[in-house]
Amino acid sequence: MFDFINRMFGKESSNSKTVATERLRLVLVHDRANVSPHMLNALKEDLIKVISEYMEIDQTALEVNLNQEDNSVALVANIPVLKMKRGYASGAASHS
Amino acid sequence: MGEVIVITSGKGGVGKTTTTANIGTGLAALGYKVVMVDTDIGLRNLDVVMGLENRIVYDIVDVANGNCRLKQALIKDKRFESLFLLPAAQTKDKNAVSTSQMKELVGNLKQEFDYVIIDCPAGIEQGFKNAIAGAERAIVVTNPEVSAVRDADRIIGLLEAEQLHDPMLVINRLRPAMVKKGDMMNIFDVEDILAIKIIGVVPEDEAIVVSTNRGEPAVLDMASKAGQAYRNVVKRISGEDVPLMNLEESDGFVDKLKKLIGIR
Repeated sequence: MFDFINRMFGKESSNSKTVATERLRLVLVHDRANVSPHMLNALKEDLIKVISEYMEIDQTALEVNLNQEDNSVALVANIPVLKMKRGYASGAASHS
Repeated sequence: MGEVIVITSGKGGVGKTTTTANIGTGLAALGYKVVMVDTDIGLRNLDVVMGLENRIVYDIVDVANGNCRLKQALIKDKRFESLFLLPAAQTKDKNAVSTSQMKELVGNLKQEFDYVIIDCPAGIEQGFKNAIAGAERAIVVTNPEVSAVRDADRIIGLLEAEQLHDPMLVINRLRPAMVKKGDMMNIFDVEDILAIKIIGVVPEDEAIVVSTNRGEPAVLDMASKAGQAYRNVVKRISGEDVPLMNLEESDGFVDKLKKLIGIR
């Protein structure tokens, strides 16, 4: 009901600023990543460090990218696994 | 030792030069010794905005190349004894001054003045790098619209990379009626996106056009809303704590009606 009244008075009818802020939010994800590519690189190195505790991965083929869809941005990582480490499944810790 | 503040934006046409003129003039009106430096070589405009275009003899390139002494190139303002302008060159290109020359020049001005206000050219090339070279603080000017905010974000990133931390934001040309309708980003939207501190919000104001026509900064116009906003910016720069202006337009018929039936 309030919605309807608000619309009648032109409050929510053409809320183009919401569109503006949403579009800016998305475009700035990419802009900021481009301004500091070393941020993505640092993330990549940290990912390798963490994942290597659990499995052996192909570090040279590892890819980390920001993918844009219609109204969201996703961090997509493609990490080829070479070998699983032993021990975690059975519950015995095997930190080396 | 004075303070060096660069006024920058990335995008052109958002009001850098107007902001520089008003901040410089406003600080001088408070009694500070101020010099404004136009670094937009090839496209100088601060001189006309200040109404000082007929007094130029030497410019920033002459100073950098040693064709004249720094003091000879400084133009004294018509209104304030303590306000000076160092004009840009109109006939050279943006690379006519090097970063190290700029640093030295600004360093010398800092000895003499309380505030050195640098008007930065649009863009992110050499001219921008020169303009921020000697600066200690940065003020980023933006308009509440997508392209200006996007460019401001880029500039903030580049300032950070150059070790110019905590830049402050002037949101210029805000139109309260459009904000109210939801057709323009409000102060909080812009603040949320850019995540830097706001030092001023300047409403769109026809008085700016008139004052630029005359070459008299609006900050001296007591009747102008934009002038009031700039007076507040100036006070904040000098360390005073001034709340942001209320830009809400007075209630029209529809608002009164809405209030009456209790929605709002």
